[in-house]
Amino acid sequence: MDFNDTPEEAKFRAEARAFLEANVAPKSADAERMQRKLKPLEFLKAAKEYQRRKAESGFAGITWAKEQGGRGLAPIYAVIFNQEEARFDAPSQPFSIGLGMCVPTVIAFANDAIKNRYVAKALRGEEIWCQLFSEPGAGSDVAASKTKAVRDGDDWIVNGQKVWTTGAHFSDFGILLVRTNPDVEKHKGLTMFIVDMKAPGVDVRQIHQASGGRDFNEVYFTDVRIPDANRLGEPGQGWSVALVTLMNERLAVGGSYGPDYREVFEFAKGVASPSGSGMLIQDAAFRQRLADWIVRAEGYKLAKFRTMTALSKGQTPGPESSIGKVINANQMMDIANTAIEAMDHFGVINDPELAPLEGAFHQSYMFAPGLRIAGGTDEILKNIIAERVLGLPQDARADKGIAFKDLPTGR
Amino acid sequence: MNFDFSDDQKNLKEQARRFLSEKAGTKATRRVLDNETVSFDQDLWRSVAEMGWLGVSIPEAHGGLGLGRLELCVLAEELGRALAPIPYSSTVYFLAEALMLAGGEQQKAALLPKIVSGDCIGCFAMSEGPGAASPANIASTFENGTLTGAKIPVTDGDCASHAVVLAKEGAGLSLVLVDLGQPGVSRTVLKTVDPSRGHAKLEFRAVKAERLGAMGQGWELAEAVLDRAAVLLAFEQLGGSQACLEMAMDYAKNRYAFSRPIGSFQAIKHKLADMYVAIEVARSNAYYGAWALSTEAGELPFAAAASRAAASDAYYLCAKENIQTHGGMGFTWDVDCHLFYRRAKLLAVQAGSPAVWKEKLVRSLERRNVA
Repeated sequence: MDFNDTPEEAKFRAEARAFLEANVAPKSADAERMQRKLKPLEFLKAAKEYQRRKAESGFAGITWAKEQGGRGLAPIYAVIFNQEEARFDAPSQPFSIGLGMCVPTVIAFANDAIKNRYVAKALRGEEIWCQLFSEPGAGSDVAASKTKAVRDGDDWIVNGQKVWTTGAHFSDFGILLVRTNPDVEKHKGLTMFIVDMKAPGVDVRQIHQASGGRDFNEVYFTDVRIPDANRLGEPGQGWSVALVTLMNERLAVGGSYGPDYREVFEFAKGVASPSGSGMLIQDAAFRQRLADWIVRAEGYKLAKFRTMTALSKGQTPGPESSIGKVINANQMMDIANTAIEAMDHFGVINDPELAPLEGAFHQSYMFAPGLRIAGGTDEILKNIIAERVLGLPQDARADKGIAFKDLPTGR
Repeated sequence: MNFDFSDDQKNLKEQARRFLSEKAGTKATRRVLDNETVSFDQDLWRSVAEMGWLGVSIPEAHGGLGLGRLELCVLAEELGRALAPIPYSSTVYFLAEALMLAGGEQQKAALLPKIVSGDCIGCFAMSEGPGAASPANIASTFENGTLTGAKIPVTDGDCASHAVVLAKEGAGLSLVLVDLGQPGVSRTVLKTVDPSRGHAKLEFRAVKAERLGAMGQGWELAEAVLDRAAVLLAFEQLGGSQACLEMAMDYAKNRYAFSRPIGSFQAIKHKLADMYVAIEVARSNAYYGAWALSTEAGELPFAAAASRAAASDAYYLCAKENIQTHGGMGFTWDVDCHLFYRRAKLLAVQAGSPAVWKEKLVRSLERRNVA
């Protein structure tokens, strides 16, 4: 056992670090503050510029085939680059869904003409992609999508609504899951398309979140025309295509956000203990909780090292990579909740000028409920672990053998 | 990055699993559990000695196999999974480790070969009453080569030939080695939550003892022995947790209620998914502990504490939810669920409770930040 890179990995890591040092600032509270103050458009410009340099230097599409403009390296190298990039204040977030989930789906299912049109531009950051799956009536049960597409000559005409679409307001293209046949079972009547987000009839409206921010969108489709050439997979095979996208999602989502155990440890040195004497860090109950957070955070980090080991040996990683989101969203919430309660009455104040860590605990507290839902709810992820990892049988289904149009819908 | 066991170590694990499923298994555990006069499985103990498992990490010069601690971790996981009813941890993780850490050449030469052959059984005697042991509540005394006092409980104290004892010496504490075969040593067998392992109260009336390591270094040495044992016990806990999950999975797939397998109900799925996540967290922490133990890294106190805290919590969760998944059958003596539930609690409180290790984990974070 060791934690060392192989010589090739070490060489790649050094190249990655040199690139990052030359192009982005190291991670710091200051840098994050700066980024928060950037206007959305300026931020997007900076992100596109960074992505262009990544592509020029061979750090975009690290695992993609060379004919797709990638570098054709093993997954371990993408993990190494991500590790290094995480130490910097790199504006890579606007591309994570497009390059992590959408474009790989395009590569897997599109013909050469379509790939030539879209893939390189996405990789160079010239065009941004979003993923249009969830609907008001199809969240965890995403195969219940109702947005419909009807064939019209060489086109399809789309009507309906998608929701919770990250980045739709600045995206150029999206992959869109729609119902093309309501007369068959729900999983069999879906089809996937590439949609131009600037096409007539596409209406993007930002959602005002419970946390106050506006990171997600509703997208309305009114008689939107999509050429048949933009279809991914055969009509009716949309669910299989979506599964490929969703497999990538589990790898893309699951990082940790907000103050971690180290930050709450530092915080606890400076806030009074509920016992009335000494500091919170001396409080036995707090120390037990802190230990639980350390165990889970380290456990998650070390599980990733096990995944890296499998990748480094050219093996497919085991299911350990699926535990991240279940652990992290809840831990983020628990740390924030504990810190806010520890501030006692002062804990109501979330003004960044007054609150500890510029209100970071409050941001976590308000954003964490969303993270327990986004990218598969805790419950869905546990179902996935139970069914795909532990091999438990599927739940009884009320929709088997029934045409989609005849399914009960409730409210 | 090579954060995994080697192919050789994985082969050893496979061999151990096959051997233990033939020679041990819960039938063997029950033979000890159900018979108050049997302290451990002597046949299994002899077989384990013949396989060389008692000397895995003991140097060849002392008759051992001279392999590293990673091999020991692999065996510990399988012994834990099998609920092996033998004094392996007391002898190998505690006595042998204490000797190799603090023993003099003569002490090592006298005892290590006997440990390898299975003729010497160890135990570790620290606790003297309810609550975490600390320098303030150790009353046993070592003076002029003699030990006086009482230790309760001592795991495997009913069958051990030698004990490592923490005792006061002058103003400080020392770690001492006691031959339990001498007059003045009395043992009282104790009833415990896990009767598949022996426990006793040991009383010493001015018995001969010899110091292990320097005078006054007892607490520090005991902590160092506990850090090493913690990683190995965490692997036993991991093996037990995994066995519980597999039992629960098997039952959930085959037990029908409401005309379908209970494993198709989300309430059961989520329970088992929680067990899986806890085990993955425990496994990852235990591997880090294994790395730190095998490389004698400075991170050992942190890694050992994290291993132990994660593994104790995971085993408790898995053992109790395994019973719950089995429903009424899980509450019968004849179904094995309670064997794991019992062992989970023994392993959680033996050598420091989860709360003690969590406190140690935070302390080592504090030291790390100061350094």
